[in-house]
Amino acid sequence: MAAPSLALLAWWGALIDGSLLQATAFTLGCAALGLAVGGAAGVLLGTFLGLSTRAARAGFLSIEVLRPVPSVALIPLAMLVFGLGLRMEVSVVAFASFWPLLVLSQAAARQVEPRLLEVALALQLSPLQRFLKVVGPAMVPRLSVALRLGVAIALVVAVTVEIAANSSGLGYAMMIAQQSLDPALMLAWLFWIGCIGFAVNAGAQSLQQRVARRMGAVAAAVP
Amino acid sequence: MKRWPLAGAASSLCVLALLLGLWWAASHGGWVSRVFLPAPEATWASLVEGLHSGDLLAFTAGTVQRMALGWGLAALLGLALGVAVGSSSTARSWLSPTLEFLRPLPASAVMPLAISIFGLSNGMVLAVVAFGAMWPVLPATVHGIASVPPQLTEVASALQLTRAQRVLKIDLPHALPDLLSGMRLAATVALIVAVVGEMIASQPGLGQAILLAARSFRASELFAGIVLLGAIGLVSNALLALAEARLLRWQRP
Repeated sequence: MAAPSLALLAWWGALIDGSLLQATAFTLGCAALGLAVGGAAGVLLGTFLGLSTRAARAGFLSIEVLRPVPSVALIPLAMLVFGLGLRMEVSVVAFASFWPLLVLSQAAARQVEPRLLEVALALQLSPLQRFLKVVGPAMVPRLSVALRLGVAIALVVAVTVEIAANSSGLGYAMMIAQQSLDPALMLAWLFWIGCIGFAVNAGAQSLQQRVARRMGAVAAAVP
Repeated sequence: MKRWPLAGAASSLCVLALLLGLWWAASHGGWVSRVFLPAPEATWASLVEGLHSGDLLAFTAGTVQRMALGWGLAALLGLALGVAVGSSSTARSWLSPTLEFLRPLPASAVMPLAISIFGLSNGMVLAVVAFGAMWPVLPATVHGIASVPPQLTEVASALQLTRAQRVLKIDLPHALPDLLSGMRLAATVALIVAVVGEMIASQPGLGQAILLAARSFRASELFAGIVLLGAIGLVSNALLALAEARLLRWQRP
């Protein structure tokens, strides 16, 4: 254990020599990229399954079988395929954020007002137009809730991957500090990861609240 | 929607079989290297062999035990803290800033700290699992207790219930639905943290097994481990859903 003052000093040292910013950028970049890939796939598939009951029933079993696989179980596989580095971390984050966004956007699409869909049919919109002009906007408030959850998951998984395996980023820096018996630096990283997590979550929450205010309040599906 | 339950189940099975077929084709057709993607039957053979020889069985038992113990600890911790924070506004104003800061902290980030306190031991993994899995339980409990209708609180004071009686007879039953869904989420977190802990601290379990399998390029064993971890997640979630339905029977009219 180290005194908080020493930890603060170590944090300042890491900030000065640039390792702090570099590691933070790597972790946040991986989390964002993974969330973008996994989230986009999840939202697309989820919207499709939410709009078509038949597809939802057909996909049900496969989803229920694949979803409980813990994301960290894929770390060794991703290591085998991509080696260490950015792509490996992004793939695990993408897998982890795919499922919650799939499930929540499916729920969001299912709760789109049926009359809106009838209007879209009556206007003879093409499927793409229907998605862009009717279904998409109607889903936005619920999707912002899903996004908030996805952001939290992406960050947690990114740090976890770095702690367990990867050799860059915040989690790795913290692991190295622990292994080189530098408790002050380790506490500094831990505190910094806490700050980043807090800031990212607060940002996602305020984004969601802003969306909710603009689009009219929606009963939040996720507490 | 429930007009053709059989047709739905059949189409569900078809899609699953299609995915398995794709997997088979991908590994046999050489679309993906066998180093990364073993054939389904090779995975199955590894799974059967590992379970038969007892290796995988022991690893699975280790992981399940770690997950269950950590989850139980987390439930107790979350419940105790949740009751304290939810039923007393003093405790809430003292504790909630700290809790708000700790909540978004990834559980695995505490692991290096736990290693320097407990060493690379089973206790370290358990402590981190308990810490990580506590977070879904705690806010659920607080929310459940804080949302007790004022009428019930008035009844409690009219009956002159002591604080302990009030918590046991009114607050906790009212918080039960929130608590149970929080505990279900906690089980997912517990499994994840247990696996990460096994990877880092080299405790005998599936996390360590799949990491070693990947390092020595034994892809079929790696997949067997992933399948087992998925099965643990599936079964634990199903059991808790069942328990939830049982315990909340009184809720339905």
